[in-house]
Amino acid sequence: MAVSDAPRIVTARLDHPDSHTLRRFLATGGYDGLRRALSMGPEAVREEVNKASLLGRGGAGFPAGQKWSMLRKAEPVYLVVNGDESEPATFKDHMLIEGDPHQIIEGTLITAFAIGAAQAFIYIRGEFALGLERMTQAVNEAYEHGAAGRDVFGSGWSMDVVVHPGAGAYICGDETGLLESLEGKRGFPRIKPPFFPAVYGLYQAPTVVNNVETMSNIPWIVLNGGDAFTALGDNRSRGTRVFAVSGHVKRPGNYEVEMVKTTFRDLIYAPVYGAGISGDRALKAFIPGGASSYWFGPDRLDMPLDQDEVGKAGTMLGSGSIVAMDETACMVRAAWRLTKFFHAESCGQCTPCREGGGWLEKIMRRIESGQGREADLELLLDVCDNIAPGLTWPPRQTTICPLGPSIPSPIVSAVRMFRDEFLVHIKEGACPYGH
Amino acid sequence: MATEPEVAAAVHILLDGRPVEARPGEMIIAAAERAGVYIPRFCYHPRMKPVGMCRMCLVDVKGPRGFALTPACFVAVAEGQEVVTDSPAVKKAQDGVLEFLLVNHPLDCPVCDKGGECPLQDQTLAFGPGESRFVEEKRHWEKPIALSDLVLLDRERCIQCARCTRFADEIAGDPQIDFAERADRIEVATFPGQPFTSYFSGNTVQICPVGALTATPYRFKARPWDLEEVESTCTTCAVGCRMAVQSSGDWLTRYLGVDIDPVNLGWLCDKGRFGFEAIISKERVTAPLIRKAGELVEVSWAEALDSVSSSLKDALRVHGPGSVAVLGGARLTNEDAYAWAKLAKSVLGTDHVDAQLGDGLPAEVVLGLPRATIDDACSAGALVLLAPDVKEELPVLYLRLRAAALDRGLPIIEITPQRTGLSRYAGGTLMYRPGEAAAVARALVSSTAPGADAGGVPAAALSRAWSTLQDTDNVVVVLGRPSLAESSTLVVEAARVLAAGLPGARFLPALRRGNVHGALDMGLAPGILPGRVGLEAGREWYAAAWGSLPATSGLDCQGILSAAAEGKLQNLFLLGADPLSDFPDRDLATRALAGAGQVVAVDTFLSDSSKRANVVLPAAMFAERPGTTTNMEGRVSRLAQKVTPPGAAWPDWMIAAELAFRLDRDLGFSDLAAVWDEIEKLAPSHSGITRDLLASPAGADGVVAPLRAESKETDGEAVRPATLTVGTGTAVEFPALDAYSLRLVSGRTLWDAGVTVTRSPSLKGLAPSLRLRVNPYDLDRLGVTTGDSVRLHAPRRSCVLETVADAGVPRGSASLAFNTPGDGVADLIDATSAVTDVRLENL
Repeated sequence: MAVSDAPRIVTARLDHPDSHTLRRFLATGGYDGLRRALSMGPEAVREEVNKASLLGRGGAGFPAGQKWSMLRKAEPVYLVVNGDESEPATFKDHMLIEGDPHQIIEGTLITAFAIGAAQAFIYIRGEFALGLERMTQAVNEAYEHGAAGRDVFGSGWSMDVVVHPGAGAYICGDETGLLESLEGKRGFPRIKPPFFPAVYGLYQAPTVVNNVETMSNIPWIVLNGGDAFTALGDNRSRGTRVFAVSGHVKRPGNYEVEMVKTTFRDLIYAPVYGAGISGDRALKAFIPGGASSYWFGPDRLDMPLDQDEVGKAGTMLGSGSIVAMDETACMVRAAWRLTKFFHAESCGQCTPCREGGGWLEKIMRRIESGQGREADLELLLDVCDNIAPGLTWPPRQTTICPLGPSIPSPIVSAVRMFRDEFLVHIKEGACPYGH
Repeated sequence: MATEPEVAAAVHILLDGRPVEARPGEMIIAAAERAGVYIPRFCYHPRMKPVGMCRMCLVDVKGPRGFALTPACFVAVAEGQEVVTDSPAVKKAQDGVLEFLLVNHPLDCPVCDKGGECPLQDQTLAFGPGESRFVEEKRHWEKPIALSDLVLLDRERCIQCARCTRFADEIAGDPQIDFAERADRIEVATFPGQPFTSYFSGNTVQICPVGALTATPYRFKARPWDLEEVESTCTTCAVGCRMAVQSSGDWLTRYLGVDIDPVNLGWLCDKGRFGFEAIISKERVTAPLIRKAGELVEVSWAEALDSVSSSLKDALRVHGPGSVAVLGGARLTNEDAYAWAKLAKSVLGTDHVDAQLGDGLPAEVVLGLPRATIDDACSAGALVLLAPDVKEELPVLYLRLRAAALDRGLPIIEITPQRTGLSRYAGGTLMYRPGEAAAVARALVSSTAPGADAGGVPAAALSRAWSTLQDTDNVVVVLGRPSLAESSTLVVEAARVLAAGLPGARFLPALRRGNVHGALDMGLAPGILPGRVGLEAGREWYAAAWGSLPATSGLDCQGILSAAAEGKLQNLFLLGADPLSDFPDRDLATRALAGAGQVVAVDTFLSDSSKRANVVLPAAMFAERPGTTTNMEGRVSRLAQKVTPPGAAWPDWMIAAELAFRLDRDLGFSDLAAVWDEIEKLAPSHSGITRDLLASPAGADGVVAPLRAESKETDGEAVRPATLTVGTGTAVEFPALDAYSLRLVSGRTLWDAGVTVTRSPSLKGLAPSLRLRVNPYDLDRLGVTTGDSVRLHAPRRSCVLETVADAGVPRGSASLAFNTPGDGVADLIDATSAVTDVRLENL
């Protein structure tokens, strides 16, 4: 089991109980990256980030540097930081927001400087009460410290940072849903074309939307250089990433590991990470990249944490959430639970997601409660196919945003991998796990 | 094939393997439809921005990674684009969406009003599976719930296409309905305690692709397959929206908006849409009535016409033609109006004729100013509104102007005594002190930027508006009566200033009543002959055609009422006119009806005025007779008959012809077509607008009179008289406002005490009660707040009114809606005063 000795880029400060304070932040190199960026100039900052091959940490994994270069040439430009992490079992951003808000603010300021933003917005999931408190406090401290607001560190450059709480909808984690919400509207994702954020984003202005973990990496990249970041990881997946490990593991938690050099097995079994399956039971399956990802069986444990490699295997690293399910877990119930989540969080715009999600949830509930029919399995797959035609990876979608094609992932995974378990539910008229 | 610009402008796509030319920027769904390929859809509506919600229009579009399912409603065509609408993948996706839509859709088609004309039903029948795979419990809601007094929502049937919510927000500007909740619990909802009171709410019912939204006037009244329809033009106001008139047998059931580019784009206001209830009202006058022993009793047409004609003969013999007058005519068709104008001016010999009731503008101003169309107004470099609140009086014009302001940034300058529905969208709202519009107009057309306040408007606001007007030589003025509590001469003065000071400016007259423009065109105004000709200019031409003509110009409405009140009129005809309700001086109207010798009302209902008539002749109304009508642009379009008039009601032109006959004269036409042919032949402004032209595809949207010179044939006949023009005028004097008084402002509201509203059961309750709106500053001065009552003292009388603080009324003014149920503002106004000042007393 290989545990790399790569530096912890975004979680290093979290070992200190006062990691969220300005005092600790400044004592550990805080805002040095911003000072460096201001002296480098925007173009040089963009170059370093480009060099770093920093894949976005929100889920889609789009290269951050490339995103910044796609902005429509128009004034003003906005920067929006996405802290609406709301998926079940994904809790890495939660920790970064509560534990190191200044790091996010510093990354935000550097990015705003690099892209020539007129204003920056940090959108935080409304349920993160402590996170919101700490982020708001940190922004106030940043202003007092001269890192934000008028004439940052005497450079002549000014930037306002606004913290905005979400109102309890998963869909506002979708970047265009978030922008609608930020504008004070109902969180309906926008149609693309024409509303690509880089073209017509917040208030119809060109906008960069980046995840909080992505922002947290920026100060380090500016201070240490893009090359230092690229030295970690391999292929397109460079640097480190925070993975939220949960489910049937002995040590659930967030672990920052070097990409590619680390495997799923490391995360689940290494003593410093997941430390193995609870009760040393057998691993039945695991979710490799959040609720929307297709599942892996134990045969994929040795796959490296490489975004493209995992993609080629038919699923994704996604939001960086790994859920281990052991032999005591009912796969029908697990898939049903996730379907319930997606159904509840559908914004209701697109017919396939709105109606398909509810239909699938009802079928799954029926099977789990012992009322299933054998024909339901084909029905499940066909309904899923009507939401994400072909059930391919990456998914084809019939909906505006990716929530629609996320619904089939757990269902199709469970049906394909554990068809027998479904049949037992159907034949016995009850859940064999006693639910 | 060598016309460069057009070729360059087209975008070439490959649609199902076939080369198709599309317009740049056009969505695939629209380009395909024009090429004859119908892509199924529910949420897409050509007059609204796409939302891509229903996902029904998924087609295959080839991209860098091969074909991908793409919504045709919001992806635009691109050069070389390959689109496939019938691939197995497309078919499966569309079938899938259809199935999803039906998952929670109740199967209550047999009791659903939409059944038979339902896109969801049609598509399911055409393409849907024979059997449902959905065995779960469907979503249930209480059904239906009222979104307003007019619109009901069945949430079980709703397929969340957002057509209604988009319409309310995007088109009507009344975002009173929106989605609540999410996933399959999503519902269209109003905000708590705030019903969907948009004046345009009925459009949401028409564009709802399922039976989720229904309107109370039609609900459960008919099945679509039992309906027959004809296309006609709404005459509720002067906008002239095209609409389909539907009936079940001989019973009017529903109107639907018809989409024509130059006017209404498919939309209707609720008053126009639901006003058919008045036509089928049991309260219609269905037989001639004569007052006998103080009571109006039913008689035969012969008896009624004999009575009228013998009284007329006596009057003409003893008192001369000046003792006869004709008021009203805006309800009439063009043909009716022409027949009555010919009867009055040629047979009776009187020029005391006025289609307006003192609430409009002099005919020579309306007809003499260079005219603009609605499209001209929307595409102007700047629009000046010297008009009433168009949202209240000409609702669909409001939709057009609002859209022009939002979509293309049409600069709107309002010269108004109070805030209007358009103020939100206007670049400048210049709120003048009642009576002082001309001062504002003078400042706007001055050669240098205004440096001083004028008419109560601050210099800075004037200066901004002045600059806007400097930037363009394409100005359109919407001209009407901003307030009925100030004399029309004051508005005319302002209009003359604008006409003289803005060379090239064109005018869109904002007179409200249905066919008032047609009535004026046909000569139902003093000093005017049919075809926008002055009495003297047209004397020779019409004398040759008609025989005799009045010797001199006659009286307008106010003059006629004054003459009647002084006992000088032996015969007063009311052509659908109700001066007691509509003339802005009820005292004068009351004295006039009492003082006139014989009052003959040609009417559809017994109004306050026709109740006092000696003879009532029942007239046919909208949808009961064919003909033509003319809107505010001068657009002539065809009316269609759908049902038979009730009882013994006749079209107005026939009544005129019969009366002429009994006076031993022949108006010269035995059918409607002959009337129009005579109009086309004689009326200079209508030359060339033949019946054939109106019936042809080129006339489908109506034809604006006069035809442009190049399209008119010069036939070597006698030279037609020149049409009217307007010169500059002189200033009007009026008293200064003293510090203790408020100056009265009065405009109409859509829901009022007029015939359409009060005789339509569904609309009747919508008219607001009369409340006095005053600037909060002035109310504070009185120590009064919203809801308190005050005593209002006007020169005429005093009354007690409830107050509302309203910052949309400028300081020093007090606003009362016109023609509300019960006693109203007309009781306070003295038609002989230029303005009306009132004092408020705290109770």
